[in-house]
Amino acid sequence: MLRKFALALALTAAPVAAQEVSTFTLGNGMDVVVIEDHRAPVVVHMVWYRRGSADEPVGQSGVAHFLEHLLFKATDTMASGQLSEVVAANGGSDNAFTSYDYTAYFQRVAADRLPLMMQMEADRMRNLKLTQEDIETERQVILEERNQRTENDPNALAREQMMAAQYMNHRYGVPVIGWKHEMEQLSYDDALSFYHLNYSPNNAVLVVAGDVTPGDVHKLAMEYYGPIPMEPALPERLRSEEPPQTAARRLTYVDPRVSQPYLSRSYLAPERDSGAQEKAAALVYLAQMLGGSPFSSVLGVKLQFDTQTAVYSAAGYNGQSLDDTTFALTVVPVPGVTLSEAEAAMDAAIADFMARDIDTDQMERIRTQLRASEIYARDNVEGLANRYGAALAQGLTVQDVQEWPQILETVTPAQIKEVAAEVLDPKRSVTMWVVAAEEDAK
Amino acid sequence: MKMRMLAILVLSLLGTMSRADVVIQEVTSPGGINAWLVEEHSIPFTAIEIHFAGGSSLDLPGKRGATNLMVGLLEEGSGEMTAQDFQREREALAASFTFDSYADGVTVSAKFLTENREAATALLRQALVAPRFDQDAIDRVRGQVESILASDARNPNRIAGATFYSAAFGDHPYGSDDKGTTETLAGLTQDDIFVAYRNALVRSRAVVSAVGDITPEELGVLIDQLLSGLPTEGPDLPQDVAFGVGGGVTVVPFDTPQSVALFGHAGPKRDDPDFFAAYVLNTILGGNGLQSILMEEVREKRGLTYGVYSYLVPKDHAEMWIGSVASANDKMAETMDVILDNWARVATVGVSQEELDAAKTYLTGEYPLRFDGNEQIAGIMSGMQAEGLPIDYVVHRNDYINAVTLDDVMRVAQTWLNPEALRFVVVGQPVGVTSTD
Repeated sequence: MLRKFALALALTAAPVAAQEVSTFTLGNGMDVVVIEDHRAPVVVHMVWYRRGSADEPVGQSGVAHFLEHLLFKATDTMASGQLSEVVAANGGSDNAFTSYDYTAYFQRVAADRLPLMMQMEADRMRNLKLTQEDIETERQVILEERNQRTENDPNALAREQMMAAQYMNHRYGVPVIGWKHEMEQLSYDDALSFYHLNYSPNNAVLVVAGDVTPGDVHKLAMEYYGPIPMEPALPERLRSEEPPQTAARRLTYVDPRVSQPYLSRSYLAPERDSGAQEKAAALVYLAQMLGGSPFSSVLGVKLQFDTQTAVYSAAGYNGQSLDDTTFALTVVPVPGVTLSEAEAAMDAAIADFMARDIDTDQMERIRTQLRASEIYARDNVEGLANRYGAALAQGLTVQDVQEWPQILETVTPAQIKEVAAEVLDPKRSVTMWVVAAEEDAK
Repeated sequence: MKMRMLAILVLSLLGTMSRADVVIQEVTSPGGINAWLVEEHSIPFTAIEIHFAGGSSLDLPGKRGATNLMVGLLEEGSGEMTAQDFQREREALAASFTFDSYADGVTVSAKFLTENREAATALLRQALVAPRFDQDAIDRVRGQVESILASDARNPNRIAGATFYSAAFGDHPYGSDDKGTTETLAGLTQDDIFVAYRNALVRSRAVVSAVGDITPEELGVLIDQLLSGLPTEGPDLPQDVAFGVGGGVTVVPFDTPQSVALFGHAGPKRDDPDFFAAYVLNTILGGNGLQSILMEEVREKRGLTYGVYSYLVPKDHAEMWIGSVASANDKMAETMDVILDNWARVATVGVSQEELDAAKTYLTGEYPLRFDGNEQIAGIMSGMQAEGLPIDYVVHRNDYINAVTLDDVMRVAQTWLNPEALRFVVVGQPVGVTSTD
């Protein structure tokens, strides 16, 4: 029995094989990526600036993120908070985020409101009008944000110490939100000079994803972003590089708020480089093989099934980064197992992995899951927008993003072994024990 | 198989783009299980949500934590497969299964490629109808839950929640952590887990939502395959309970730089005629991020916090109107004063027509934007089913919002918002804040 309550006959579009991705560059140097997904009349509009916390002047840690907050204040033509009010009044939502390599602003809104979003985003690229009061109040807000994300969380505090030890010379060793003592000193001039230097079309990537066509986006981008002059004085993106790392580092972080002792190990690791993503692809497999699934990964099986050493174990690698990234391992021992015992078990499991041939069954399961994740990813157009925006802000090209699944698909056991031998080098590692009291550090 | 088809004009607000309308079909499987389906054949996978009413509130006396532990064990071996066999099979199929429980329900979320649909369904069926609950798996997962309990015990947000709900609901299941305590966990036997399983995964209490590359006929067959064999009757659901703590302050000393507060009092039921007016009012008060009154007063004007929010929480057996905030220890007192002042002001004078209009525009505009992916839509439908909403709710939801008048909001504000009744639980070392009882 089939009863129809109403008719709006839907989904008449022919099935599409994949989201269409188009790209072009405006005359003022602004890169544009358009991702088409016509399933719902929704659009995600994002502007990514190729500047993040790792691009901050020395002594002003947190200024990139501080500025991100301040971009919601007044411009020459808009009142403080008005942009978000207008977005909400149009049924949309908006936000922004800052990382080491980028600062991004976005709105999610009905597709026919795209021109208004572009108008406002283009406005605040150049016309921000801050007051000293904005600085004072918003600095309190970011300090409370640091309290919430970091000071109140012993694990976050420990991670900061670990990153600072991992990066001896590169700004990835400084937290995105900033060191507290430097955040407290961030000034009107600090924020504005970071803004004037870096917020320009030739330093930005526009990503529009959803129910749009490249032609329409091109026309609108020309209208709203096109007139903004490029910044001729845009500084080169200079990052201090890591020297050769030649000494294994060990830390013990003690905080009474730690509920259970655990250990983390990170190694300096190569990231995805434009035109050379193979090592990173092999590292994706290595992370999955060592500590992906708790049921079938090396650490999971050896520490949680074959022996009752750990209550939790994992490996992690994120290759999307402008400069060298990290490959990380974590083990939380079961009560009664010491950190030394857990670390020895972890090292033994890795040594055993290195001594054996790659388990090709496990590798094929990972390959299948990576392939499927590309299909699942197409369900989330905002995720795709993030993927392209971040990539373009981190030195990759649209072509690199599109080749990535195929590069993942063709990783070989030999590549995994080779990259494991290169990356899992104690001299380039930091090992941290996190405990509630000194006596647990054993 | 019976099918009802409902074409939904959710996107009518957005002008001419009707081609993307979402069509929800009601499917009754040959075995009599109700499901909602949105067909979406452009990506070759399907997302399915199964909701069993009941949840961890069905824990038997002295067995707190049994349902939570049981649900954690559904992926840890079934049929002839150990936990590792099962997971290797799932990984080879690139299917994802998530089992979860909360006070009022058990949820199963599954996602699988069309090419693996049969094998993934068979594997999920095995987890649902033939779990093993092997002793070694019980011990391993129990260890994981104990680890989470230990972490919660030193997490200020968790401490605030536990203190608040215990004060509000006492011995009712809503008053305690559904993960149990180290004592109750230690006492749970394999038999207890099987009992929790039979009590919670009851076929007559299951509703199903699916979105993706599947037809109504295929879905009907799949549902029966997944759920046939589960018990048809379950134990009685818990009794309703009143929000049982009065106004005042409870300070839980905890050595951390930023105090965390949870505050609230009783709220309206989901089927209260004024629910939508309350929902709109809450949006204005503290529901809508930076646009809300609380955010404007506490964060934007005074820089006292990174975030302050309020929520309507209509559970199956109790209702609350609550909020949360975090401020440095030396600022929490001022933060609480500002919240109380604004709670009182809105309770007395309500909100302006402009605030009401802005909230309605936001809520009605934002609603259709939620339907922009298979997994999101499956989640929305499952939530509607769990709340007992009719299938045509999505068509009328914006009308309910638009019908809310300033008088309605004023009535709701006066009826429900009551600063005298607000109970604050503050965890930290808040300067100048002391417990009132």
